[in-house]
Amino acid sequence: MLGIQVEGLGKRFADFQAVEDVSFKVREGELVALLGPSGSGKSTILRMIAGLEVPDSGHIYLHGLEATCQRIQHRKVGFVFQHYALFKHMTVEKNIAFGLEVQKKKPEAIREKVQELIQLVKLEGYQHHFPSQLSGGQRQRVALARALAPEPRILLLDEPFGSLDTKVRRNLAHWLRDLHDRMKITSLFVTHDQNEAIEISDKIIVINRGRVEQIGSAADVYEEPESKFVASFVGNVNVVNAFIEKARIQIKGMAEPLPDQAPEHIDGRDIVLLVRPEDVLLKRRGGRKAGVEGRLTAIRYRGAYFEMEITLGDNQLIALVPKEWQEKEGWTEGEAVRVAFKNQRIFSAPEGHKRVHEMLKHLGYIE
Amino acid sequence: MSRTRKPPGYGSLSLRGAALLYVGLLIVLPVIAISSRALGGGITSLWTQITSPQAMAALKLTLLMAFIMVLINVVTGTAMAWVLVRYRFPLKKVINAMIDIPFAIPTVVTGIMLVVLYGPRSILGTLFSRMGVEIIFDKPGIVLALLFVTFPFVVRSVQPVLMEMEPDMEEAAQTLGASRSVTFFRIVLPTLLPAILTGAALSFSRALGEFGSVVIVAGNIPLKTQTAPVYVFGEIESGNVQSAMGVSLFLLFSSFLVLVMLKLIQNRSQRHVEST
Amino acid sequence: MSKAPERVEVLPRTQSPLRHLISGSVLLWFGLLVLLPLLGIFRETIKTGPQIFLNSLGAPGSRHAFYLTLLITVVAVVLNTVFGTILAIVLSTQKFKGKILLEGMIDLPFAVSPVVAGLMFIILYGPNGWLGSLFSAAGIKIIYALPGMIIATLFVTLPFVVREILPVLNEFGREQEEAAVVLGASRWQTFWRVTLPSIKWGLAYGVTLTIARAIGEFGAVLVVSGGIINQTQTATLYIHDQFTDFNTAGAFAAALVLAAMSFAILTVIQVVYKKKGGDHPC
Repeated sequence: MLGIQVEGLGKRFADFQAVEDVSFKVREGELVALLGPSGSGKSTILRMIAGLEVPDSGHIYLHGLEATCQRIQHRKVGFVFQHYALFKHMTVEKNIAFGLEVQKKKPEAIREKVQELIQLVKLEGYQHHFPSQLSGGQRQRVALARALAPEPRILLLDEPFGSLDTKVRRNLAHWLRDLHDRMKITSLFVTHDQNEAIEISDKIIVINRGRVEQIGSAADVYEEPESKFVASFVGNVNVVNAFIEKARIQIKGMAEPLPDQAPEHIDGRDIVLLVRPEDVLLKRRGGRKAGVEGRLTAIRYRGAYFEMEITLGDNQLIALVPKEWQEKEGWTEGEAVRVAFKNQRIFSAPEGHKRVHEMLKHLGYIE
Repeated sequence: MSRTRKPPGYGSLSLRGAALLYVGLLIVLPVIAISSRALGGGITSLWTQITSPQAMAALKLTLLMAFIMVLINVVTGTAMAWVLVRYRFPLKKVINAMIDIPFAIPTVVTGIMLVVLYGPRSILGTLFSRMGVEIIFDKPGIVLALLFVTFPFVVRSVQPVLMEMEPDMEEAAQTLGASRSVTFFRIVLPTLLPAILTGAALSFSRALGEFGSVVIVAGNIPLKTQTAPVYVFGEIESGNVQSAMGVSLFLLFSSFLVLVMLKLIQNRSQRHVEST
Repeated sequence: MSKAPERVEVLPRTQSPLRHLISGSVLLWFGLLVLLPLLGIFRETIKTGPQIFLNSLGAPGSRHAFYLTLLITVVAVVLNTVFGTILAIVLSTQKFKGKILLEGMIDLPFAVSPVVAGLMFIILYGPNGWLGSLFSAAGIKIIYALPGMIIATLFVTLPFVVREILPVLNEFGREQEEAAVVLGASRWQTFWRVTLPSIKWGLAYGVTLTIARAIGEFGAVLVVSGGIINQTQTATLYIHDQFTDFNTAGAFAAALVLAAMSFAILTVIQVVYKKKGGDHPC
């Protein structure tokens, strides 16, 4: 059963195409993330589903019924805003009760429901507080309770944790997942934080420049990115400039090629290797088969792991190694190291390395 | 906000002295002078003055006219601010600038303009006359004059608040099922209330003391079109300075009251405003 | 499908009839209340013809009245600018008992009825008043003479300059001034070369408002001056006098001139306001 279905959605603002030909499905009871960088159009998509914007093209179906032109008030969708949008002149209680009062429910029923929700979001004792007296995390919980009060079948959240501290954000994100599991409400949330998306969603829809890049589970999107953009946006990645010579991958600035055969790629073609930091394997010995030779230029302590900076030819890579492993191996800065890649994605760089780098820089994923 | 790090030097003290002297001579002393002269005659005599039929009629008329004007102004001023902030139409910038006209025009000129437009020899004047409504030299004229001179107060008070309002709250209300009118009355209006009240208080205060336009538009017919300021003027003109005291003090006192209420409204609204 | 709405316009997402009704009625109200009277007086003066218009303006009473208005306005602007600046500096940089009271007092002229203001000055500066008796012993006439009129105008225009430059001083003055002092500037140099330039547009705005108010002041000056034509009548007093004497041509002509002056000032106000940077809603 589909909770939300979106087909060929498009939206233009003045001379800027914000959303183009976007289609996806959200099954009932799923918690799905709309992930993308700022300006990618993800908020616009969410607002169109809520009815806060009107699409120029395409269709929106909510629980199987056409809702493309339906008025906001009739869609019965819960919406949580990035900056909470709490009613400043009303107490926490009145804020939460608002949706129920509009539906003209009986006062006793309202009071009961509000009490229930206050307990759910753990804000007992704050019923009579005003939004200005609450912290960011508390306000967000009120916003959530308020959205849930009229018992919507769909919950939409627009960067719900965007304005909060990292720690608060992670706690709230997990708490949202718990809540979702308990209430089993179809939820779609917008975020630019890939960690958040990976951690709590059933499915991720990656959006870039108004278009869908990839849809899949967190594992799909992380392990098997289908485009350069997804590979570099979801999770951290090393960008290695190389080219193909005699069917082998030759890293720029290095004498030896990588040990494995390069899959069907054109000789002489420039390529870009995207390797996750945790997929970079380091060995002291082993000769050519263990990997190509590089130099360890920096070791940084990061608490639960170490960040090792390695120079490979013209490239610099980051490898992440567990704390215990480094304590055992005892690497020091300046040592020679054999580097192999457990997993890599190869992307053609027909316009050259520079173009790919520009694109990644433009998206903010490398400096 | 002050620099208290260094003790006030010779120069600072003389600056302060000059400032205090100026305000003292122009504001403080005159207020003390009138209060002492008025109270010097005794409370009972003040009371007799205020309760004299002519004075009472003047005070009642002033309060009534000001009250009616405020009611109209609150509605039209808020609507005007709404239209200026939320809608688009040609010449919006020009019209926005013209809102301040009543602030710039001398009150007597306002009076003259209204007489020209609605006077006994004008088209509109004769039209209204035939319908049985006298504008000039009667109460409607007073309300009209007051409406003109206080027109900008509510508009300019509400406008900045409206412009600062994020659409978020209204959007939230709509996602919760509220229709446009429910959203307006339960979300927008309460948010605008302090600004509306400020504008109302300012226009009320101004209306209580308005003289120039009223004296021309309404004439000076005791018990019919004589407002309190006009009454005071009449008494001064006929040399009864003492008997003007009671009403004058009342007007002064009401102004103080309105100023204080304004401060309270503004302080109270700060409490609900989020500090981001 | 309706047009793509701007993010700002939330409520009306379609061109609904209600919207047109509201904006239509509001604009109609504005037109009838504010614009129509302006047109009325313009038309009236045209009707009487340019010759009569100029004759009325040229009458000695009229010319003297405009001269007085100009004189009083200039004096009021100069004095209130100087003392207003001093007041603002004192309020923003000094701390002393009763400072809040002082700030409240400055707002008083906005709340007081002009005739009551006039009455206050008669009592204080009249021949029997506390200060007035001192002056009349020295042979100086305050009430029913020019000095009284100036004082009354000073009262009603006092708040404008102070209120416009005080927030500017509070926000921006201190650091720059401190930098200047550290670099060796004297207090006067600091004021002239650092403080003044930073408040100049706020000052200009305050001065413009002062001018507009001074030109238009009526009630207080009427009470205080006695309104003797050719002697103690300002333009506004002249208009009132002519009107009550049924000399409508004279009244209208002068009124139109004042209205035109007000318009000119209004335009200047708009320009200076933008330069000043508009109001902070806080």
